[in-house]
Amino acid sequence: MSISLCVIVNGNEHHLDVAPHHTLLDALREELGLTGTKRGCEVGDCGACTVLLNGKAVNSCLVLAAETEGAEVVTIEGVAGREGLHPLQEAFIREGAVQCGFCTPGMILSALALLRENPRPSDAEVRQALSGNLCRCTGYAKIVQAVLDASDASLVPGFGRPEGLRPSR
Amino acid sequence: MLSKLREFQYLRPRSLDEAEELIQQFGPDARILAGGTDLLVRMKERGLRARVVVDLKAIPGLAGIHAEPDGSLRIGALTTLGDIERSSHIRAHFPLLWQGASCVGSVQVRNRATVGGNLCNASPAADTAPPLLALGGEAILRGERGERRLLLEKFFTGPGRTAMGQEILVGISIPPNGAGSSLYLKHSPRRAMDIAIVSVAVRLDVDSQTGVCGKASIVLGAVAPVPLRARAAEQTLEGQRLTAQRLEDAARAAQEAAQPIGDLRGTAAYRREMVWVLTRRALVEASGAGEGSTFFQG
Ligand SMILES: Cc1cc2nc3c(=O)[nH]c(=O)nc-3n(C[C@H](O)[C@H](O)[C@H](O)COP(=O)(O)OP(=O)(O)OC[C@H]3O[C@@H](n4cnc5c(N)ncnc54)[C@H](O)[C@@H]3O)c2cc1C
Ligand code: FES
Ligand code: FES
Repeated sequence: MSISLCVIVNGNEHHLDVAPHHTLLDALREELGLTGTKRGCEVGDCGACTVLLNGKAVNSCLVLAAETEGAEVVTIEGVAGREGLHPLQEAFIREGAVQCGFCTPGMILSALALLRENPRPSDAEVRQALSGNLCRCTGYAKIVQAVLDASDASLVPGFGRPEGLRPSR
Repeated sequence: MLSKLREFQYLRPRSLDEAEELIQQFGPDARILAGGTDLLVRMKERGLRARVVVDLKAIPGLAGIHAEPDGSLRIGALTTLGDIERSSHIRAHFPLLWQGASCVGSVQVRNRATVGGNLCNASPAADTAPPLLALGGEAILRGERGERRLLLEKFFTGPGRTAMGQEILVGISIPPNGAGSSLYLKHSPRRAMDIAIVSVAVRLDVDSQTGVCGKASIVLGAVAPVPLRARAAEQTLEGQRLTAQRLEDAARAAQEAAQPIGDLRGTAAYRREMVWVLTRRALVEASGAGEGSTFFQG
């Protein structure tokens, strides 16, 4: 038996029929084809599946799709604007914070959630906010630097509101 | 590749009555879902079976932090650890709980994990348990025959086991914290994202005029089948002036109370040693005998 849902993903309303035991991660990747959200450990350890759910960073592997009725979800596909990449994405590229890229979508969403709440984080606050996102390539220093860099841009109006995203409720 | 979860029926009751009915109806086939950060992991990794998953999140009134006029606090069972961490009231007036909640997992985990789930999961290493026990917290339980209250000290009966029957935890009630000073210390290999090898919550009421300790609470995590109140250690301090020797004696008494097991996180002997180290450090800091009393997680 499937469950009918209405979810707003990256600003667009979607009507989905999901199996009760499918996660939000399953629905994003398999139903909506949004494969930017990565499937890593499946149990909350790696953060590769991080998305924003009603504005908060969560592990989409530990959320049932059925739990997201009426919710607003932002994935990495919703972060860039029509005019180009988000300042946080630019900073990741500039700093060389992307190697294989598997952790990057999750890192960007965790960082975005941080900068919305705390536009001027310290180095320690960035590390704390990203402690649920594992990276096997970079050694983290460049990722932390990229987020600190972007925190200057985070005071620009509209920073925390990626393209297509409605104002948070 | 799709979800590692096996099929189940997902139900979303809109009221406590409805939820309670479902739990009676399905009995052990039903699993209560709060934030899912324990339940879904156990279902994925450890083959825990659920025929029916009863999600409590559509029931109004089960999440929220309520400061009562008398200084006590009521927290809905579905309040997330993230909301506790973001509460300036809890940070200022119940710092012990703030410290426990803030050191769980990651931002992502805390945004889903609920305080009720942390307690009902009944891990001896649950990070909100020692703080809530030390604060004298009570569980508010809702069952077939209405509501009852149970001191959290009596709530845990073994690893993964609680004194709840077919009941729902609706909230936690904490008496006024007064001016006591307190500290929660967690020892884990990684600073973040790791469960405790040993943890300790201490809370001391020290008279600033006389330096005599009134009520003392010392609760240990991860070193017994349940979060453990170290009574003998508390008694070493109550009614006494807190000299370095007393604090040391209390830490030894806590160490003796611990009944740790050895596992891949640490041997029993190591855990016992760490109980002494951590309890002494927490007591020194909380009693003001240390360098200041910043939150320390080591
Ligand atoms: C990556 C990761 C890191 C973690 N790190 C820590 C850590 O450092 N410290 C720590 O303490 N925990 C940690 N945890 C465990 C977990 O996040 C917490 O125990 C969390 O608080 C559980 O809450 P929940 O709402 O997600 O519970 P759920 O998974 O929804 O439920 C847990 C259990 O309690 C029952 N239950 C839940 N709510 C109720 C209720 N209201 N009434 C009756 N029964 C109920 C459920 O049926 C289930 O058996 C971690 C988990 C993950 C995935
Ligand atoms: S895939 Fe979700 S945290 Fe690893
Ligand atoms: S860039 Fe490869 S895991 Fe982070």
